[in-house]
Amino acid sequence: MRALSATFASLAFAAMLALAAPAMALGPDEILDDPALEERAREVSKGLRCLVCQNQSIDDSDAPLARDLRTLVRERIEAGDSNDQVVEFVVDRYGDFVLLRPPVNAYTIMLWVAPTLVLIAGATGLALALRRRRIAANAPTAAALSAEEEAALEKILERERG
Amino acid sequence: MLIEAGHFALALALGLSVVQFLVPLWGARANDATLMSVGPPAAIGVFALVLFSFGVLTFAYATSDFSIVNVVANSHSQKPFIYKLTGVWGNHEGSMLLWIVILALFGALVAVARNAVPPKLRANTIAMQGLVTIAFLLFLLITSNPFERLSPAPFEGQDLNPFLQDPGLAIHPPLLYIGYVGFSITFAFAMAALIEGKIDAVWARAVRPWTLTAWGFLTLGIAMGSYWAYYELGWGGWWFWDPVENASLMPWLVGTALIHSTIVMEKRDALKVWTILLAILTFSLSLLGTFLVRSGVLTSVHAFAVDPDRGLFILGILIFFIGGSLALFAWRAPMLKQGGIFAPVSREGALVLNNLFLTTACATVFIGTLYPLALESLTGAKISVGAPFFNATFLPIVVPLLLLLPFGQVIAWKRGDVAGITSRLYVAAGLAILATIAVYAVTFGGPVLAPLGIGLGVFLVLGAFNEVATRARQGGSGGLAHAAKRALGLPRSTWGTVLAHAGVGITVIGVAATAWSVERIVSMTPGDVQPIAGYEARLEGVFPRTLHNYNEDVARFTLLHDGREVGRLETMKRIYPARGMATTEAGLRTFGFSQVYISFGEIQPDGSLGVRLYYKPWILLIWIGSVIMALGAALALTDRRYRVGAPVRAKGGPRESGPRERGSPTRRPAAGGATSAVPAE
Repeated sequence: MRALSATFASLAFAAMLALAAPAMALGPDEILDDPALEERAREVSKGLRCLVCQNQSIDDSDAPLARDLRTLVRERIEAGDSNDQVVEFVVDRYGDFVLLRPPVNAYTIMLWVAPTLVLIAGATGLALALRRRRIAANAPTAAALSAEEEAALEKILERERG
Repeated sequence: MLIEAGHFALALALGLSVVQFLVPLWGARANDATLMSVGPPAAIGVFALVLFSFGVLTFAYATSDFSIVNVVANSHSQKPFIYKLTGVWGNHEGSMLLWIVILALFGALVAVARNAVPPKLRANTIAMQGLVTIAFLLFLLITSNPFERLSPAPFEGQDLNPFLQDPGLAIHPPLLYIGYVGFSITFAFAMAALIEGKIDAVWARAVRPWTLTAWGFLTLGIAMGSYWAYYELGWGGWWFWDPVENASLMPWLVGTALIHSTIVMEKRDALKVWTILLAILTFSLSLLGTFLVRSGVLTSVHAFAVDPDRGLFILGILIFFIGGSLALFAWRAPMLKQGGIFAPVSREGALVLNNLFLTTACATVFIGTLYPLALESLTGAKISVGAPFFNATFLPIVVPLLLLLPFGQVIAWKRGDVAGITSRLYVAAGLAILATIAVYAVTFGGPVLAPLGIGLGVFLVLGAFNEVATRARQGGSGGLAHAAKRALGLPRSTWGTVLAHAGVGITVIGVAATAWSVERIVSMTPGDVQPIAGYEARLEGVFPRTLHNYNEDVARFTLLHDGREVGRLETMKRIYPARGMATTEAGLRTFGFSQVYISFGEIQPDGSLGVRLYYKPWILLIWIGSVIMALGAALALTDRRYRVGAPVRAKGGPRESGPRERGSPTRRPAAGGATSAVPAE
């Protein structure tokens, strides 16, 4: 399937190249002079989705739109915004879709709790099954023998010992 | 004419696979050996026919027969010959045909394998494989005919997608498909068991070689895809949590669980129903992957085969097989006899825990991949689920699993004791902690979590070999030579386990080490020297070059270390005129397990060249670990218990040193098993 994914990625890539002058994933001309600010810009960029790509962050993407967003992020950071303010600024314009890490809200609560729920449900199911099996395995030996059978068994065992 | 013969062979194969499905199934039902014996020749015949058809398509590609739509759309007369051949599966129709070839190959292999499979089980399995083949042949013939003609034939083809013209992606699909489709045999075995209503250790033993084969190839396929993404996409990442990557990871996770649960079934006759369910799930996830990728639901803008008919057809196949198998499961599974029981702290318990974590990890990937689709279709709300989500949810499930892994390997069957386990692992754990501290000390001020990751990897590797060391020592006195002899005398399946688990540890180390990778984004002119993590890269020049079916700009670098030249590398930006597409070929230079990675950027406004320079310490361990995992599977396959054609059981079994390896399922209740509280060696 990776081959196919490659095809998708490349088709997207091709579309971009056809549409505009090829741009690279973050070029040297975009980088801020202040390394601390640049590092923050990278961090913010890694969490923002390139809207025209398949699950790529704007930091990784070659798309011109991603470049525009990277520039926007750097402008906001240079203007003195905090990381959260930058993200808020972008989300206000493009919606939650732009966040690669979906926010926890009514729509996504199931997404976030599902893994834990699956684990708990699985563990509970296992514990119950194990218990049931042990009870089932122990039960017949304890309950299935009548008094006569017990006596017969005792007789056999006597003989064995003797 | 030949082309039509290839097409016709597919139709014949369809007819024959109906025979392969119906006759042995009926034979097994009626207990008729003659009818059952129709299965193997039919399966071999189907394979021969689809192989012929595949050969015809390959011939058409090799000779650039542009009277075929598929060849026109995906080939070019100037393309390097090797990519003409691999172009056969670089498109929807051809890759589907490859899929069917492998499907039929596995059916034929079951037909000719001489390992001890009861005749009814074999007949039903071959029949079920026939059913799967029918479905996919119908799909190919009705919606995706690879032999469709085009008139008038154009003089030149439209070329293969340049991204696929790469050695990595040339061999990646066959590896991956053998993995995916290999699980169809496990599925067929599971269906056969349900039809017959009988499942036991013999079943587990019959299935295990196939599961191991499929898993090994899937591991290689995923690793190959990951390495390809690393060097081709140009920014040095190796896993992107891309939906299509996830589609291959899901069957891998459940397949891994399946391998482990089959062990429990083979050795202890337990977990039968669960194993059947896993077998169904693994293949269902393979089918789901096919559907997701080919229907275009995930990638609505740019899919391989955006064709609603195809999507609907695959959805139909998906519903038929998943729904049908689960229905059969629900009906038949309660009738299967439950097997041996065990204490929570035991090898079985550990393997159950392994299954719990692996299936939860798979569920997490599943939910993360499909949730946005479901949410959008239900509420219209659009969200993205990307790497940050998966890192936050997947890792907390996988890390505990990895931490527990070495414990699982030393725990006894039926009932283990915590004290004994701890005493066997303290050396490995101590060394792992020492390694962590050492890494912290050396890289002080660097990443905080990564040294723990290295420690975990070391623990996994040492834990894996710990088993061999312990068992070798248990031969009593006799010195090192004796111990080594004992170690080498351990069954190959034990060594397979050791290798596979050590491979996991090595991959973990490689992943953790990515935290120390160095990236520099700079612009350079010829003669410029840029430092990168102890090395220096000098740009020698940029020049154009025309080769085969592309033009490229080449940037040539010399790498220096302490002023001395240590290597050269080239990075290219290629333009494929036939499609007007560009690709970047990263320049790689390997030093030990580490790589210097340089990627061609853009010509800057001032005429200099934008360049990305990376130093990736120990990055190769990620894929070396994966290859070692696959080697582990291969080694386990050669264990005489599974060897095709070998006697079922080793004579007397002096090589097999304990109840763990003897594989004799005991049906005694736990009370009787309390005596084996000593570690089963």
